[in-house]
Amino acid sequence: MTDDAILEMRRITKEFPGVKALSGVDLVVRRGEVHAICGENGAGKSTLMNVLSGVYPHGSYEGDIVFDGDVCSFGKISDSERAGIVIIHQELALSPYLTLAENIFLGNERAKSGWISWTRTENEAAAHLRRVGLHDNPDTAAIDVGVGKQQLVEIAKALAKDVRLLILDEPTAALNDDDSAHLLDLILDLKDEGVTCILISHKLNEIKKVADRVTIIRDGRTIETLDHAEITEDRIIRGMVGRDLTSRFPDRTAQVGEELLRIADWTVHHPLHRSRVVVDHANVKVHAGEVVGIAGLMGAGRTELAMSVFGRSWGTNISGTVYKRGEPIDVRTVQAAVRHGLAYATEDRKQYGLNLIDDIARNISAAGLGKLSRGGWVDQNREHVVAERYRQQLRIKTPSVSAIVGKLSGGNQQKVVLSKWMYTDPDVLILDEPTRGIDVGAKYEIYTIINALAEQGKGIIVISSELPELLGICDRIYTLSEGVITADVPRAEASPERLMQYMTKVREEDHL
Amino acid sequence: MSATTSAPASQQGAPTPPEGALQATLAYLTGQLRQLGLFIALISIVIVMQFWTGGVTMSPRNVSNLVIQNSYILILAIGMVMVIIAGHIDLSVGSVVAVIGALAGVFNNKMGLPWLPTIILCLAAGALIGAWQGFWIAYFKIPAFIVTLGGMLAFRGLAQILLHNTQISPFDETFRKIGSGFLPDLGGGTSYMEPLTIILAIICVVALVVLGFAARRGRSRNGLSVEPFVWFLGKTVFVSALILVVAWRLALYRGTPIVLVILGILVIGYSAVMANTVFGRQIYAIGGNLRAAELSGVNARRTSFLLFVNMGVLAALAGLVFTAQLNLAGPSAGDGFELDAIAAVFIGGAAVTGGIGTVGGAIVGGLIIGILNNGMTILGVGTEWQQFIKGLVLLGAVAFDVFNKRRVNRSGS
Repeated sequence: MTDDAILEMRRITKEFPGVKALSGVDLVVRRGEVHAICGENGAGKSTLMNVLSGVYPHGSYEGDIVFDGDVCSFGKISDSERAGIVIIHQELALSPYLTLAENIFLGNERAKSGWISWTRTENEAAAHLRRVGLHDNPDTAAIDVGVGKQQLVEIAKALAKDVRLLILDEPTAALNDDDSAHLLDLILDLKDEGVTCILISHKLNEIKKVADRVTIIRDGRTIETLDHAEITEDRIIRGMVGRDLTSRFPDRTAQVGEELLRIADWTVHHPLHRSRVVVDHANVKVHAGEVVGIAGLMGAGRTELAMSVFGRSWGTNISGTVYKRGEPIDVRTVQAAVRHGLAYATEDRKQYGLNLIDDIARNISAAGLGKLSRGGWVDQNREHVVAERYRQQLRIKTPSVSAIVGKLSGGNQQKVVLSKWMYTDPDVLILDEPTRGIDVGAKYEIYTIINALAEQGKGIIVISSELPELLGICDRIYTLSEGVITADVPRAEASPERLMQYMTKVREEDHL
Repeated sequence: MSATTSAPASQQGAPTPPEGALQATLAYLTGQLRQLGLFIALISIVIVMQFWTGGVTMSPRNVSNLVIQNSYILILAIGMVMVIIAGHIDLSVGSVVAVIGALAGVFNNKMGLPWLPTIILCLAAGALIGAWQGFWIAYFKIPAFIVTLGGMLAFRGLAQILLHNTQISPFDETFRKIGSGFLPDLGGGTSYMEPLTIILAIICVVALVVLGFAARRGRSRNGLSVEPFVWFLGKTVFVSALILVVAWRLALYRGTPIVLVILGILVIGYSAVMANTVFGRQIYAIGGNLRAAELSGVNARRTSFLLFVNMGVLAALAGLVFTAQLNLAGPSAGDGFELDAIAAVFIGGAAVTGGIGTVGGAIVGGLIIGILNNGMTILGVGTEWQQFIKGLVLLGAVAFDVFNKRRVNRSGS
């Protein structure tokens, strides 16, 4: 069994402060196969690949990596690349203004004592590009080729490094159907040439098409490895979502009132690739006292939908209307959105949610400063009283509201973000991944806060990658796939399998 | 630094378990190391210079000169610290000083306008210059470094054009007072000490103590923690002593320079703006995390725009003070002022990445540079060495900051 294995990862355990991302993961990849890894967002797939490629150096995790019969101890990415393991991340990493040839040999230059031989560079680059089916001039700037081709250039770059194990993390997430199909064919071609490939993907139809075997990871553990004959979409979904839902969520009886907010016919385009539709004629509504979920896989357009509604903070060429209690409202700026009683607590606390170098009190007051000031002067005593009130109410664990936010744990930072928006007394709160990166105990507290807000008659929209979470706290769940709302499921009719089906639904009427 | 105001950088005191008053106070002081270090550096430099110059540094005449000759850099530093806290920079202020000097010359000398219209027109011109640069920075998203580098070149050229590459002099008597004038001598020039200076100093100290206690009472009435009494007392006594010593030296010379009154009002006013107003908050917020501020409903464009208008007005004021002091408008006026102002801001503890800094810190930073300059000049140190030493002081101050931050972080996690 292990004779034909090119890679064996044994009992890999990786902990971050407060979170155990991987606990004893096993993975065996056979020589020359396409091995898919499946799991929900946050299941630990990316962490596992980062361990493998040396992003997390040897010693920062437990367990062994055996590649080609040798136990490996990679200290950095270049170590794993020297061994022939190349990872292509879902965010493309080409340097936009360098040429394709320069990109392909970036960090791996065709040079003699420091002097680059451009003839060799261009000739070899052209050869690698042909191998991935590209006939572009290697002298073209990377920015001038499309996203689909850039992905192929990344693969050419990997080939230039004499890759033996190619890891593709969501390679088709940003691609259209034609480019995706082309890429999958290429993976199969490379397989025939003897390149082993690990494919991380949410798109189950793609996995079915190319994968020889599938390993399913859930909550940082290996659940099972399926052989080719066993691979069906239902089987994978069952493996990905199967876990008990008991008593991880506080009880609540919903008292749903009038319609508070309705997002109608909402379409958003990508700010850089302006022709790409990221949210496609979405319709979402939320009633008073209701908790509505939005489920979708990475890249489905969840955050983009929320942020574009909240003051056009994301995207271009946005169309559609937002109604509040039946009246169309102007939400073109964040200020206007806040004035109309909207609040958006971001998925990325550190980048978009908090001023990490400032204290708790000033972060809490940041969005509602108008309520604390008269004639432009802030009443700092009241500000501290308010912050102190939220500290107690939400049980933010800190000795003082004058402590710097950057030093709090993730759960407490999230409570600061929630406090900030609760103080603006909004009618509708959009909570984007409200429990990302925080531990189970703090999650329960966040759910309790959400319930309390709903009881006050506010409308809550929760965006989450964790299906059990949505099933545990929502009254109704929208599923989003590739920017399209594919279903609106009441809680009573929702099951993880059903949601996952809608979430992975591709527009089959367009392409097969 | 006024005791009534404080800003994020000064509130990093990590609260500790109540083991004992002494430990608590010590722990608090450790949290205030940056602020403490700045004051200790200032005093050490004064003492060392006083010793080396054989007592000249703190002589009544020299203290008066120190205030007057550093005033325009300190005025620039106030505007600059706000710009830097917001995450921008302004390289053009030195050239703006020159343009405003030239304009003042044209208005006051060539056109014969009285002092008041001259000042008002010049401040308005400063606002216009600031609005021009702010427009490109805030609404066109061109980096401030580029816009103000362009301004630095363009306004220097404009000053030369206005002056036809010569100098304009003299200015009228009243106009010159904003640069080198003194408040009226209540002692009629015959008393041992000038009484008005002493009276003003006492008023300042009383206000400082009263407001300090009122702020403390306000906090404890709201059930909020107050800084340790020892720290509060030490700070109040220290600042009071500083005010009284300076006043004493000034009173032995010609009394209170008018520019010191202007500077005092600016320092108190802008400290309050930065610590207590919504506008001040928004400046810290966009400098600390621009996206988070925008997503919290801060109109970052407007804030940035207004910041540069404000910087323009303060640069114009500095230009007026400088021109009045020299009684001359020249095409090379203000050359390198932007670098002194920026250095003062960073010595004063502002973060290069924005979000952190105080007006008080920038003033102390400016004074450190000013006293070093002044002392070295008295000692006959050449300007080449002065430059060299100032450079090392700037690097040392920021290195201390980085080191201090790393130490705090390590003990924190």
